[in-house]
Amino acid sequence: MLDHELINRTLSTAMSTGGDFAEVFVEDKRSSSAVLDDGRVEELTSGRDRGAGVRVVVGDTTGFAHTADLSEAGLRSAAEAAATAARGGGGGAKTIAVSPIEVARRAPARIPPEDVAKATKVGLLTLANEAARSEGAAISQVSARYGDSRRRILVANSDGLLAEDDQVRTLFSVSCVATGDTGLQTGRESTGRTVGFELFEETDVEDMGRRAAQRAITKLAARPAPSGAIPVVVGPGGGGVLFHEACGHGLEADLIAKGASVFANRIGDEVASPLVTLIDDGTMAGEWGHFAIDDEGRPAAHNVLIQDGVLTDYMWDQLRARKEGRPSSGNGRRQSYQHLPMVRMTNTYITAGQDDPADIIAATDHGVYVAQLGGGQVNTATGDFVFGMTEAYLIENGEIAEPIREGNLIGNGPEVLTRIDMLGDDFQMGSPGTCGKDGQGVPVGDGTPTLRVTSLTVGGTAA
Amino acid sequence: MTVPESTRLARRLVGQAQPGEQIEVCAGSAVRTEVRVHGGMVESLTVAESRGVGVRVIVDGREGFAHAGTFDADVVDELVAEARDNAVFAEPDDRVGLAEPDGVVAVDLDPWDDRIASTSVDDKLALAVELERATIGADQRVRNVRTSLYADTRAESAIVSSLGVDGWDRGSSCSLSTSALIDDPDGSTRTGGAVDAAGAPQELDVEKVARLAVERGVQLIGAGPPTTGRPMVVLEPRFAATMLGIVAGMLSGERVVKGRTPFADRLGESVAAAALSVMDDPTDPESLAASSFDGEGIACRRVPLITGGVLDGFLHDSRSARGLDTVTTGSALRGVRGTPSPGHRSLSVAPGEGDLERFISSIDDGLLVASLQGLHSGVNAVSGDLSVGVEGVMIRNGQLAEPIREGTLAGAIPRVLLDIAAVGADLERLPGGSLVPTLVLEGLTLGGGSAA
Repeated sequence: MLDHELINRTLSTAMSTGGDFAEVFVEDKRSSSAVLDDGRVEELTSGRDRGAGVRVVVGDTTGFAHTADLSEAGLRSAAEAAATAARGGGGGAKTIAVSPIEVARRAPARIPPEDVAKATKVGLLTLANEAARSEGAAISQVSARYGDSRRRILVANSDGLLAEDDQVRTLFSVSCVATGDTGLQTGRESTGRTVGFELFEETDVEDMGRRAAQRAITKLAARPAPSGAIPVVVGPGGGGVLFHEACGHGLEADLIAKGASVFANRIGDEVASPLVTLIDDGTMAGEWGHFAIDDEGRPAAHNVLIQDGVLTDYMWDQLRARKEGRPSSGNGRRQSYQHLPMVRMTNTYITAGQDDPADIIAATDHGVYVAQLGGGQVNTATGDFVFGMTEAYLIENGEIAEPIREGNLIGNGPEVLTRIDMLGDDFQMGSPGTCGKDGQGVPVGDGTPTLRVTSLTVGGTAA
Repeated sequence: MTVPESTRLARRLVGQAQPGEQIEVCAGSAVRTEVRVHGGMVESLTVAESRGVGVRVIVDGREGFAHAGTFDADVVDELVAEARDNAVFAEPDDRVGLAEPDGVVAVDLDPWDDRIASTSVDDKLALAVELERATIGADQRVRNVRTSLYADTRAESAIVSSLGVDGWDRGSSCSLSTSALIDDPDGSTRTGGAVDAAGAPQELDVEKVARLAVERGVQLIGAGPPTTGRPMVVLEPRFAATMLGIVAGMLSGERVVKGRTPFADRLGESVAAAALSVMDDPTDPESLAASSFDGEGIACRRVPLITGGVLDGFLHDSRSARGLDTVTTGSALRGVRGTPSPGHRSLSVAPGEGDLERFISSIDDGLLVASLQGLHSGVNAVSGDLSVGVEGVMIRNGQLAEPIREGTLAGAIPRVLLDIAAVGADLERLPGGSLVPTLVLEGLTLGGGSAA
């Protein structure tokens, strides 16, 4: 993406005020999307963002600047700005020579999005719309969205590292509104993978449309959700959001270092039910949080965070790892070249257990079954977290009963982890997510088998 | 006055319109400074400029859009052709079209303060360092600060269209925020955060941000799960603004046109307690969200939404207005990376009676909210369902009592509006620009894990 000599000169400029570490991150991202709403293809959008971010680290201080100008002058000016911001103490020029690191070869997108005609992409929207509307007259509104992106990145730093990646992601979603005597209800389906247009060889968009529609129609009959603490069974796939919030964020080394996590100083402790093995894995090919290198040039890795209930490690980026004298775990990510990297999850999941999912429901006398989860949020310092349920049912006498209206569930991470008493053998990855932290969003995946939490607080309106 | 680069670029691209084509170009740039301080040291300092251009092309009722994060000619010159090509694949609609200038004269605002640019980076750093020090010093139970943040932006943007729109606007603001980590004697941690925003760094109140953040966390020491019930819920202005922001989002004309809001057929009906009157007022120069033009280059204006409890209007851009045979309210929101859609900028509530202290003293069983969590996952603007995580302090017999955490607050938004028990006179200007008093709500369910 950039001439190596130009990279070397830019890094040398960045280090010229005596930095301890300097890095150039170059990004060229093309994206396209198409939206169908209200029965017609409403809009196609194309986007192009390219630029470079330069950071310089001096002691505990990071200086950062970015530019959309990839010329020598533009890069030099960003490098100077970052060096000034980092307040280098001055001193010697340092010559940098970068060389490519070995990264496991990855299959590129088999069908790159730019090779697919716009009419073909738009055709998917129409199929999904018609399938959703065919589910019944109660479906009053349908929107469908197709999106793809191709993000090429280059990372080079003053340690001599040079790495590149080419990340293609494709996303499809359908949202329906059903209208009935009880008002309006919504149903949504989404799929997203780090692949090209071949996504649609394995994804049936008409089926997605039908499922989104059924979800909305089912919820028309939903009764108010209970209010208060109750056993909760979470279906396969979706439960990843629970762990993402309950402990994922709390295991990010930047929050640990600031004492802003309930999991600080807990390595080696039993922090979860012995059923729980939690893994963060950027190497899972095709998954939404997959990449070859993170946004600091480190290879994606398979990191065991909790093994049989015992906390084994945190997630690390370059900055925090450097301070601790250990390698990065490949979790340094950023939204774009305009952002500083920080510790982020990739694909976070709980490994499968032994229980038959049917037995988990049958063993629950009275509770809530969450079939689809929405987003969540956590306060890592207190451990209190919420996550939304967008399709849920009561469990009565060991059977799934009436649907309930949507809402949030709230719990405390360390407590909830110890309250997982059944784990299914039906592992699945969940829906693609965008994880937000300090104003930056990055794509993440998650997964779980069916699981039961003995007690979580459901935020409904029924007494 | 020289013509800004963004205007020149936008005019140049609009000049590429072909016969029968409408083109609109939004081009802008922003300079951002962000300082994060931790442990008395600068953790990171970012100083950077970003630019962007968005192009809409409309042919025969079909719309296409393309955007780029640069003013570089090689990229920008492809945008019109790309947007034009995108339009080919959209399906035509009568509602699609650019905004026609409507003759309303824009309020002359210039929310710009040269002191943001002239204040040295060192002085901005010092504010964040001082904020961290003041937060830690405010109470001995403060263990640490997660982040002490100073940020400012100076942004300018032009919007030019082939229908004669040619506007340019600029704005600047800065903010300080902190999040205190507080030791609870039971071994857990409580948190409290606060933010201040102003037109210039000199007007930011470091001591106030520190004091509020710490007070908000300290009041939660000893908090545990609440018992499930239906207390009166007291929302300080910052939470009242959050709640009304959700409501205003449901009053978007685009939602009405597409049947995605429970308020679609309610114009002229009582949808809220009679004590509530709220409008969107982007023309108030005291608001940091004030703006002369909307995202289509139409003059911003006051838009009454709910007056005396009656639904008075929706927020429209030109497209949603066409769908309801009405006119735009100048409420188009957009960035250069997307097309406009209607929304609110700066809510303003008419003062009622009473204030926070008086409300607390008059409530036998209530909850003073201290934090809300999960607003994005717990609000369904289509169904109206609301369910969020909550921390707060219970009110018993007119007095603040025990703090609670790990609770939920749930209800149906249309019902919540009708169940507003009181609207205060204690209007507060919030960092986001809104002017909102304390609200007291009835009928919400507080859920908790504690046995009754």
